Amino acid sequence: MKMELIQPFINAADAVLAQGLKSPMSMGHLTMEEEAYRRKGVAALVWLTGDIEGRIIFDLDPKTATKVASGFAGMELPESEELVREAVCELANQVIGNAVVSLNDQGFHFRIHPPALHNAEQGTKSSEDTEALVICFETATGAMFMNIALRYNQKLEKEQALGVRAAN
Amino acid sequence: MEQFAPVKRSKDGQPVRYLIVDDSVFARKNLARIVETFGGQIAGEAGDGLTAITEYDRTHPDIVLMDITMPQMEGIEAAEKIVQQHPDARIVMVSSVGYQENIVAALQRGARHFVQKPVKPEVLYEVIKYVLGEDATVASAAGAGA
Repeated sequence: MKMELIQPFINAADAVLAQGLKSPMSMGHLTMEEEAYRRKGVAALVWLTGDIEGRIIFDLDPKTATKVASGFAGMELPESEELVREAVCELANQVIGNAVVSLNDQGFHFRIHPPALHNAEQGTKSSEDTEALVICFETATGAMFMNIALRYNQKLEKEQALGVRAAN
Repeated sequence: MEQFAPVKRSKDGQPVRYLIVDDSVFARKNLARIVETFGGQIAGEAGDGLTAITEYDRTHPDIVLMDITMPQMEGIEAAEKIVQQHPDARIVMVSSVGYQENIVAALQRGARHFVQKPVKPEVLYEVIKYVLGEDATVASAAGAGA
């Protein structure tokens, strides 16, 4: 997976979390995940289709999700399962939406599908061409994990390669 | 949460009525809280584009705040259908997917403005005043934050 695909998501997460939490955060460890994805807290999954395809999972512990939700609401909100689920999905939506704006500026076009809760304890194993990168963001209230498995659309890549050959 | 000088309808001095459309309950509640700080009133809510059309017909709001990425029918298509039926409808797209193509498509199909998520209340406040134009007055409010 190329860094040019990842960096917009890191930048967007940084910007959206900073506005939501209104406190400093830092990027922790960054790992490639070869085994199947294991959920750590409350997770939302978003699929992308188009020039770039794959999925992104946002995974937060409930306390951090409540803090982010309170930051977006501009008031302290009580922790509840529903609030946490909604906050994680909306956070995923906002981070991915902002990242897509940046990727679109680079000429990539794709569709974001609405976020869905990722309830399974364990996800599918990543493959060679859709290896997952896990980024940990450390905040004052806890960690947020962003698990990214994206690749260039192979059909488009083939078409472009054929187009180049035909042109030559 | 910061309070703003209330925006009222010019014709009758009543609060501006909003229809809020977003598939996230959390996002709808947040937007509702924000527009209430503008002195607004929630006329209705919808979680997808199809419901937004029927809710518009039922409530006839002054402003629609419409998300883009939603199940069943996306926001831009719903905005187009509402404007076809109600050419005076004032629809503001509120989405995190604020790239140029989407903004242009939304404006071409009838939306009046676009606000990027995460929503900054002071930005939305200015957009609402701009979109309502002469149909709104800003009441003087001592100690208001804007």
